[in-house]
Amino acid sequence: MNIPAELKYTKSHEWIRREDDGTVTIGITDHAQEALGDIVFLDLPEAGRVVAAGEECAVVESVKAASDIYAPVAGEIVAANDEALDAPESVNADAYANWLFKLKPANAADVDALLDAAAYADIAADN
Amino acid sequence: MARITPLHAVHVAAGARMVDFAGWDMPVNYGSQIEEHHAVRSDAGMFDVSHMLALDLTGADATTFLRTLLANDVAKLTVPGKALYSCMLNDEGGVIDDLIVYYFAADTFRIVVNAGTADKDVAWMRKQIARTGANVTLDAHRDLAMIAVQGPNARAKTWHAIPGSESASAGLKPFFAAQVGDMLIARTGYTGEDGFEITLPATQAADLWQSLTAAGVAPCGLGARDTLRLEAGMNLYGQDMDEATSPLNAGLSWTVDLKDADRAFIGRAALEAAPATQQMLGLVLLERGVLRAHQQVFTDAGEGETTSGTFSPTLQQAIAFARVPLGVAVGSTVEVDIRGKRLKARTVKLPFVRNGQSLI
Repeated sequence: MNIPAELKYTKSHEWIRREDDGTVTIGITDHAQEALGDIVFLDLPEAGRVVAAGEECAVVESVKAASDIYAPVAGEIVAANDEALDAPESVNADAYANWLFKLKPANAADVDALLDAAAYADIAADN
Repeated sequence: MARITPLHAVHVAAGARMVDFAGWDMPVNYGSQIEEHHAVRSDAGMFDVSHMLALDLTGADATTFLRTLLANDVAKLTVPGKALYSCMLNDEGGVIDDLIVYYFAADTFRIVVNAGTADKDVAWMRKQIARTGANVTLDAHRDLAMIAVQGPNARAKTWHAIPGSESASAGLKPFFAAQVGDMLIARTGYTGEDGFEITLPATQAADLWQSLTAAGVAPCGLGARDTLRLEAGMNLYGQDMDEATSPLNAGLSWTVDLKDADRAFIGRAALEAAPATQQMLGLVLLERGVLRAHQQVFTDAGEGETTSGTFSPTLQQAIAFARVPLGVAVGSTVEVDIRGKRLKARTVKLPFVRNGQSLI
């Protein structure tokens, strides 16, 4: 399973990368894209939207099913990946390069509390 | 424990993603479901459909019995090998199952039913045999495998894979079957493409699968099977109709044969007492999103509901079947509630795709 060590993760299969400017970039894991199958549609949040931790803020739809994407921490959406919007299949091709949205956390320490790669690997192995 | 088909080990070895389907551990895809879909539309793909159940009905009263059991009329079948699609209804006119019946002689039929309904189908048939006192024997075959080979090149690749099969099956018209050695080769399918459905002894299934693979036929899972049948406008039992649904409201009126006024098939009285109130139309989403089953549909003539929906790989847009009031015209614009938003969709006549071509 492809689970980069430098990223943070959630139980609901999002990955989170800390950026130098204090924002975080969010996508779905390789395990998640594999389970979903061919992705054909993304619904991404608008910049400026304020979200609570665990709030539904995006949708990834494959041919098979729709899957909700949750904000891993509270904060404000600062960008959505328009390129992925136009090419949803790119998330299947590389789930870590093709992010979904960026968020400015309300509290930077919230990100530290997310799962590390080893903890996420255990969760992914179970489903 | 999930049940497995004679090809289960082959699927697992091929790296298929396996899922539970009606109690069977079946391949949903081997890699990209969309590529599998396109293989069937443009070349040839194959599906393990061994979870479906083949039944042989034989005996002096076989024709008479089936004319009572089924909503379509097997009296239409007079040429050996000819197949007929029919619903089997309950007394209330609801659909117990949809099935294919093959005619070999007036006293010899093969029936193929869905996996998820097989047990209740057999129980229902046995109950009706007992009730009518028909002189028939019903034999269920779990010693058989079924492989559907579908696509514009499916027949040619099958002939390549099964030496000697071409002479016996090249003359088959659509919806006809022929016995070729141990195999029953039928020119039928569930994809809207040409092709065969091959029934053979379970012990020979893995060898045939390998031969078909070697002939360039792509293994395809239940995922592609679902998008293909949806594009082809074909109902899925349990999703587009069930025991609470009249075939007249599920786009299946064409399979209910009322011509012979004296034929009192099970469910007929209920259907005649309750004419259709709804129709099954196709929907094509006009905005970004994906249609799914059980989304609410708003029309000028009242509300309806999607029964199946997906992203169509051939059309590159979302499509669905919708059960809507009879007053809704083909070509009209309706609204569908998708995750709390009302998006516009256009109604179309089914099917969406036939023989690789868009019909919308």
